[in-house]
Amino acid sequence: MSGRFTSHDYFQIDDLLSDDHLLARAAVRDWVTQQVSPIIEDYSNRAECPTHLFKGLAEIGAFGPSLPVEYGGGGMDEIGYGIIMQELERGDSGVRSMASVQGSLVMYPIFKYGSEAQKQKYLPALGSGSLVGCFGLTEPDHGSDPAAMETSIVKDGDAYLLHGSKMWITNAPIADVAVVWAKDERNKVVGILVERGTAGFSTPEIKGKWSLRASITGELVFEDVRIAKDQILPGVKGMKGPLSCLSKARYGIAWGAIGAALDCYDTALRYSLARKQFDRPIAGFQLTQKKLAEMITEITKAQLIAWRLGTLANAGKMTPAQISLAKRNNVLMALQVAREARQILGGMGIMQDYPIMRHLMNLETVITYEGTHDIHLLITGHDITGISAFS
Amino acid sequence: MKQLVCISSMPDTAAKISFTADQTHFNKEGVQYIMNPYDEWYALVRAVEMKEEHGGTITVCHVGTANNDTIIRKALAIGADEAVRVNKDPQDGYDVAVQIANVARDQEFDIIYTGKESIDYNAASVGAMLAELLDLPFISYANHMTYAHGKASVTREIEGGDEIVALPSPFILSASKGLAEQRIPNMRGIMMAKRKPLNVVEPVAVSQMARIVKYSTPPPREACEMIDPEDMDALVRKLAEEAKVI
Repeated sequence: MSGRFTSHDYFQIDDLLSDDHLLARAAVRDWVTQQVSPIIEDYSNRAECPTHLFKGLAEIGAFGPSLPVEYGGGGMDEIGYGIIMQELERGDSGVRSMASVQGSLVMYPIFKYGSEAQKQKYLPALGSGSLVGCFGLTEPDHGSDPAAMETSIVKDGDAYLLHGSKMWITNAPIADVAVVWAKDERNKVVGILVERGTAGFSTPEIKGKWSLRASITGELVFEDVRIAKDQILPGVKGMKGPLSCLSKARYGIAWGAIGAALDCYDTALRYSLARKQFDRPIAGFQLTQKKLAEMITEITKAQLIAWRLGTLANAGKMTPAQISLAKRNNVLMALQVAREARQILGGMGIMQDYPIMRHLMNLETVITYEGTHDIHLLITGHDITGISAFS
Repeated sequence: MKQLVCISSMPDTAAKISFTADQTHFNKEGVQYIMNPYDEWYALVRAVEMKEEHGGTITVCHVGTANNDTIIRKALAIGADEAVRVNKDPQDGYDVAVQIANVARDQEFDIIYTGKESIDYNAASVGAMLAELLDLPFISYANHMTYAHGKASVTREIEGGDEIVALPSPFILSASKGLAEQRIPNMRGIMMAKRKPLNVVEPVAVSQMARIVKYSTPPPREACEMIDPEDMDALVRKLAEEAKVI
């Protein structure tokens, strides 16, 4: 009903991209158009995860595209990764989340902090979609203050016992392996690989979401789960482990949100040109033009932020604070664009015939997860003043 | 086996089509180009499937300028091993056929593929001309092919049914829908494509045998008028008095 998507590049930012980036974007755009757009409203409506898309996401190379080829990645640069996330989120934030979690929150920590045996065991299988992963950091009582986590891992003979619970975990109920962060006896955060089927480990689903309805969410519950030593990621101790993964995922979100915004803007622009009131297209009215002009202005600014962040990432100069600024700005931008786009469509804006209301509901999660909008502001505040507002 | 796939570029199906003021040339300003879908989805993918089954190499050949290198890279990302680009903005289909024939001659390709037609000018002429220039059999509008021991069985769609043709290689085939299914290049393929050879060769001289005099476009479609479904009288009145169909 909403017609064929046309991308918008008001400042010719495509000129800043390489042939690889453009090819990757075209490939993922084709895949989303064929595999996601025709089904996503239905799955979202039924609050069901289109799990069959994992295989397709793997086939196009959406899982860990910037990881090395020998470990199941695509060998692309960080802009390539961002562009893939953008195109996936143009389809649906939940589908982008499936790829973000698998690539940035599961494959990345195993690649970065895992032993060679862990890498060989898990990365190719995760990259090919034959295994699904999830990432457990947030707890029921600790969201914005993950360092206060209560999940613990203690020595028990020649192994360990993991105890505690994690909440709001994307893909948890269907994951084959979970990357879990817990505190050891010296209060240091360590990463643990927990496989489905391990005694004492369960993953109840969280139901009743009005957002990311096509993405499956759950808890991770550990009741004295026995953990062998070789299930612990040997390469990191402390909060920098999970935070480095979040940086990677947040970077992808800064790009992804633009995709949702572009889909809403494109829908609103085309609708406003076709919809007539008072014998003329509503696109001709000043208040509609104000909305559309401000939307493309904000999208263009976000595109430039994302591109620059990507060049910094490729050069190894990107900081977590820069990622916070970009994620915060671009997700709010997308949410505002979605709200304005919904206004332009009037009553039709709330209907499932158009993607806007779904994006709008999804973005309420995106502005909250991977660091809330307010926390990212305080990270920027800390970075520019040197004074932490929350410690 | 050695396979050659001829790929052409054309305006994206979403591109706005216009012509120069004198209506003699297509206006390329601001137009995005894609690989001809019949070349990409059916010809190239069937060649990749054949390679997966029988081994060998796939070369793609394109007649065009460096602006189309992205399209060639896409073909390499889908599975071709190497590419040849004849460095010329071709004047017509005959020009394309002569340039590709010059590349293919003496290369002993087992199968040469084209799409059944380009989706812009729809001439469906390059495959047949290429076959004549290379003195090879030509099977057009192929929608299915099996191949074993140097012999192919090719199914062609004809009016009201199918025609099955048996022939030994080498031959030229034009691919239509059904010969294969579209494959979307994956990220690894896109990155590997950068390392595959893209050889640029200069064109041979071709005399123009026909020239396009003028293009014309259909009259613009009139605006669609929406009628309130509750107001059937208005609909009947308009159908009778304005459209004059009842």
